[in-house]
Amino acid sequence: MAKIPVQFRLNGTDRAAFVNAPETLLNTLRRSLGDFAPKYGCGQGACGVCTVLIDGEPHLSCLTLSIACEGRQVETASGMADGPDLHPLQAQFMEHFAAQCGFCTPGMLTSARALLDKNPNPTRDEVIEAISGNICRCTGYEPIVTAILAAAGSPGLRRA
Amino acid sequence: MLDVRSCATLSEAAGVLSGDRQAVLIGGGTLVMRDVNEGRLTEGTLLRVTDPAFRRIEAGGGRIELGAGVTMGMILASRELAFLHPAARAIGGPAVRNMASVGGNLFAASPYGDFTVALLALDAQVVVQAGFGSGRATPLEEFLAARERSGSALVTSVQFSRPANPGDFHFRKISRVKPKGISVMSIAAHLPLAGGRVSQARVAYGAMAPMPIRARGVERALEGKSLDAAAIAAAKAGALEGCRPATDAIASEWYRREVLPVHLGRLLAGEPR
Repeated sequence: MAKIPVQFRLNGTDRAAFVNAPETLLNTLRRSLGDFAPKYGCGQGACGVCTVLIDGEPHLSCLTLSIACEGRQVETASGMADGPDLHPLQAQFMEHFAAQCGFCTPGMLTSARALLDKNPNPTRDEVIEAISGNICRCTGYEPIVTAILAAAGSPGLRRA
Repeated sequence: MLDVRSCATLSEAAGVLSGDRQAVLIGGGTLVMRDVNEGRLTEGTLLRVTDPAFRRIEAGGGRIELGAGVTMGMILASRELAFLHPAARAIGGPAVRNMASVGGNLFAASPYGDFTVALLALDAQVVVQAGFGSGRATPLEEFLAARERSGSALVTSVQFSRPANPGDFHFRKISRVKPKGISVMSIAAHLPLAGGRVSQARVAYGAMAPMPIRARGVERALEGKSLDAAAIAAAKAGALEGCRPATDAIASEWYRREVLPVHLGRLLAGEPR
């Protein structure tokens, strides 16, 4: 079957790829565009490790068709740092040991970023709700919640 | 081979669905794409609907219409639909809510489909379009009874009346994982009061049968009564009428039967979970 051209903006850069019709955004990002931040976890919408932002809102890239992203803004954890300068969320994840095996981290960062972009000073309950679709099997969540709260309100939050 | 076809109008999608047995409508993708990822869906056509009417919310007046493609996130962004926010927020995490649609929820197998439970308590009608004809409204309960056979028709929207008093509408999802988990059960109740007494109560359950069901025993017990301890006790006594819960990874049939009257009683008494 003929491949279909698709174009979207990935982390601020126009990108294009030829995709199979039922191809997921996750496969396009990882296999065609070399963005390995979003991971394949459950493939069922349960784990959140493939979370990306589409037009600023969190979506599960393993359940999203690439062709549905034509012309849209896609952002992943890869685009959060500005060169050597980490995003405040990334810095606080390091500071508070919020990553252990690291597999959930790109999804956690993306979900947390979606929250802080809209609500720079969330409550603890709002943080917990924001990452409720992301599973972590290592940290017990406490360091992650602490890191997100620590990043909240920090200058440069909206830079990335 | 799996193909994807994008339809610019609801009529086109309905026509393709009725003419192609292997065509499957894809809304937000949270149900269909799971099957694609698991290799359960490898043949046929995924139908995307890009018609703006598919994602339209009409909620300005007393009669509300939600396009089948309206997402839980869109409902949460609508102040006019505030009474539905607890039900919309019960679906998945933020990413799932930006994708999961009202129409898709009608087809979610137990123990999923919590939003449909809320629609059932609101006496919703499902607008179904078969072929290129116009849409036909069907009571949600009838639709659910036939949903396994309705693969060739397109759900375009759901319609229901706005509760005269939003405080009369209640929704609870019971899950073991906090803050989000799959349903042990969900309960929705619309309990309009006339002169202090319940009039035309509608109560519905999720995960207590293979599909969302009405709690007719509870509705009968509450009709014409004030919501006092005696009425709540009578409602709890009739709570299990019609229930056929499953044993699954979330809860056993026994557990669901044991805790349903407890959670129903708390909901009716206005107590926290």
